[in-house]
Amino acid sequence: MKVLVTGISGSLGRLTALRLLQHGHQVVGIDRRPWPGAPEEVELFQADIRKRPAEEVFRTHRPDAAIHMATVTHLVHRSPDRMRVNLYGTRAFIRHCHSYGVKQAVFVGRHTFYGAAADSPLYHTEDEPPMSARTFQELADLVAADLYAASALWRYPGIATCVLRIVYTLGPSRHGTLATFLRGPNVPLVMGFDPLIHFIHEDDAAAAIVTALDHRLQGIFNVSGPSPVPLSTVVRAAGRRPLAVPETLFKLGLGRVGLPSLPAGAVDHLKYPIVVDSDAFRLATGFTYQFDERETINSFRRAQ
Amino acid sequence: MLDNLLPIDPEVAARIEALDLEFNKFGVDPYGIDKNDLIRFVSAFAWFYRFYFKVDVYGLDNVPSRGRGILVGNHSGGVAIDGAMVMGSMLLDAEPPRLPHAMLDKFIHQFPGASQFMSRTGQFTGNPDQAKRLLRADRLILAFPEGARGTAKLAKDADSLVAFGTGFMRLALETNSPIVPFGFVGGGEALPTVVNLRRLGRLFGVPYVPVTKWVFLVPKPTRFQLLYGKPMYFEGTGHERDEVVGAMVEQVKERIGDLIRQGRQLREKQISEEDLVL
Repeated sequence: MKVLVTGISGSLGRLTALRLLQHGHQVVGIDRRPWPGAPEEVELFQADIRKRPAEEVFRTHRPDAAIHMATVTHLVHRSPDRMRVNLYGTRAFIRHCHSYGVKQAVFVGRHTFYGAAADSPLYHTEDEPPMSARTFQELADLVAADLYAASALWRYPGIATCVLRIVYTLGPSRHGTLATFLRGPNVPLVMGFDPLIHFIHEDDAAAAIVTALDHRLQGIFNVSGPSPVPLSTVVRAAGRRPLAVPETLFKLGLGRVGLPSLPAGAVDHLKYPIVVDSDAFRLATGFTYQFDERETINSFRRAQ
Repeated sequence: MLDNLLPIDPEVAARIEALDLEFNKFGVDPYGIDKNDLIRFVSAFAWFYRFYFKVDVYGLDNVPSRGRGILVGNHSGGVAIDGAMVMGSMLLDAEPPRLPHAMLDKFIHQFPGASQFMSRTGQFTGNPDQAKRLLRADRLILAFPEGARGTAKLAKDADSLVAFGTGFMRLALETNSPIVPFGFVGGGEALPTVVNLRRLGRLFGVPYVPVTKWVFLVPKPTRFQLLYGKPMYFEGTGHERDEVVGAMVEQVKERIGDLIRQGRQLREKQISEEDLVL
């Protein structure tokens, strides 16, 4: 099968591409960023998904399936471009899938879709509405992109569309929201709060994406790995020192005095858990993770 | 965490080990209960449960030793000492021990410290989705259908019951869970509320601030009576009309009122343990 991957040069994109090759698929990639040292079998196009050259790739290569990973997810990235990439990029992706006969589309979304709040339940199911947009405006574009991608299910019933809401990824690449947060030797936490963190090894995440493709999955699915672990435990297991900071100081110090530069809404994600129920995905695909909670953290810890 | 300073009671540790919970490699269960934190917290709490307070527990056998169930009882005494004592009886007296998941008022998880403590001991904001999931996982739920209206009772009304919410009954019907009614007596003596300051409460983000006879919010050492009644089974889907569910709730409320009356008589030494009808 010929599979087009947008955002292929990101760490999860690369892992997914390599896995697709292993499974005997033909891989075509689009990304604004280069991928130095990419395998020769991957046909790489350096283009913006929203621009004409990207459409040209769809037109000339006529992929059977497409995976959309070209979303800007880093919370630190606050440029106005972010919203355009996430929303218009997703629209372009779905349009091209429709126009150029793609039979299967996978949108790789985030579990932060559900949002974190004092009264939200553990284990979110796919039918729950996105609460993150309320307290965390910086995530609104990702939520909208997720919902927009899901709208392809009724807009273009001819395409088997699958929206995956994957928990934080962690692994040797040391890329991703959680890895970025755990970068320094001291990791600031909000004093008096210790949310459960749901994460998956990046190889398992890539495997889940390919599994969704292999099963021609249609619908919205949460994807998770081992059961969640308290943030302070993750920090310690990663060989970092947790540094409890009172919330008012934390908010004042964001982006200064060694505190990460996070939008204020992100503080809720350091206070309350976002944990998802991925039974539907497991039931539909038989997916099992390979790396448990300790192995996942250790693979991240060893890679530095 | 600070709780690392707390000493471990070996008997408590053994009881926590005996809980029917699945801990991962970090000693955390799928709902975030941390075994080591739990051992330390309960070790400290055991002293209050056994020596500062004293709880006469009756009918502990009425609580299912495994499988789902909803403990439903009365609130009194300003803050939820009753909830803590029910926890104590299930963790420290019941054989085998069980860890009930209390359905908390929304404000509790908004406080630093409280949120962390509650999260690591399996205590969640009362939420139908959360409760349903726990019951389907065959856990024990603890609910006070009077909510904050119940703890707000003044000392003179401590043994009365105010309006019950109906959420617990719909949950019981939908998940086919038995309801174990309980009556708790003595909350009004431990923390006799004279007046509730609601405006001050709003300032702090709590429903109210209770003012006790001795002004401060420190409970005095008290002996409590805790009576667990026979499990009640109701049949239905959980989607019945309000009147139908309301009538079932009324049965549970009457039963709890009856248990409170017996507990009060026991407390006043008007009857003895043999006279109890649980």
